[in-house]
Amino acid sequence: MKFGVVVFPGTWSDRDCGWVIDQVLGQDLVYLWHKDTDLKGCDCVILPGGFAYGDYLRTGAIARFAPVMEQVGEFADRGGLVWGICNGFQVLCEAGLLPGALIRNASLEFRCEWTHLLVERTDLPFTSSCAERDVLRVPIAHGEGSYFADPATLSRLEQRGQVVLRYSDANGRVIPSANPNGSLHNIAGIVNARGNVLGMMPHPERCSEAELGGTDGLKLFRSVAESGLKVLVS
Amino acid sequence: MIARVLVTPKPVVNDPQGLTVKQGLASLGFREVTDVRIGKYIEINLEGTTEHEARQRVEEMCRQLLANHVIEDFRFEIEREHSRR
Repeated sequence: MKFGVVVFPGTWSDRDCGWVIDQVLGQDLVYLWHKDTDLKGCDCVILPGGFAYGDYLRTGAIARFAPVMEQVGEFADRGGLVWGICNGFQVLCEAGLLPGALIRNASLEFRCEWTHLLVERTDLPFTSSCAERDVLRVPIAHGEGSYFADPATLSRLEQRGQVVLRYSDANGRVIPSANPNGSLHNIAGIVNARGNVLGMMPHPERCSEAELGGTDGLKLFRSVAESGLKVLVS
Repeated sequence: MIARVLVTPKPVVNDPQGLTVKQGLASLGFREVTDVRIGKYIEINLEGTTEHEARQRVEEMCRQLLANHVIEDFRFEIEREHSRR
């Protein structure tokens, strides 16, 4: 499995993602510069966290025009795996690869803390290593992670099972007090209708080794790595 | 030609900044304030276009970049620059 990690000016989680991919999981890794116009044969493209292009105007608004994003869009259209984490999720929404938008946290604070995530889909390449109704402990670090979509879009997402991760308590109960940012329906991560583009605000790359206080994030990276194996075998 | 663009959060979008400022105004005694919404003001200088063309171009700018239609509305005015020496 070859992972490509996109680096925009202002991206800050690229090396953390890269470390998990090549040092922890032993998978192939290539960094993709925002000016690159080919994806160098990647099987999964990660848009990591940070402040791409300073997040000027709106989070992700300028990054979506980067040369590499045209390739990412075509790759997604062909069914390639695209995974946006934090700022990457914001970029995917701005680029129209995922519906909705991420707005200022209801608290107006930058929230940097551990959250619990209820996994609602395990049939996806991103979550296949998770147990049914698994609860993951994963940190967030964002000021603009409040998921918003208009009522029609929101009900479509729910009906089609596109909500993959929801903020919950440690027991997997989706309750208002477990919602760190005011996201509608406690949404922490969604997938496109086809199931090959995932966006999530929490940072799995920051909890993939015991030294960092948790390893639940590794389940998602391992899922993607093993989905590659399944394709090779089948 | 100058375009003065206003980008505002849609009425259905929660605006925590506006709410906080509303509370601040209330605590200062401005009790007549019933709602505050906070958006962006963008000033754009254009050259070599008629007012009609400028209007179409700025509309496109708003749609493609300046506003996110999921969460924001926009409106703008086009003004001729005052004559300069």
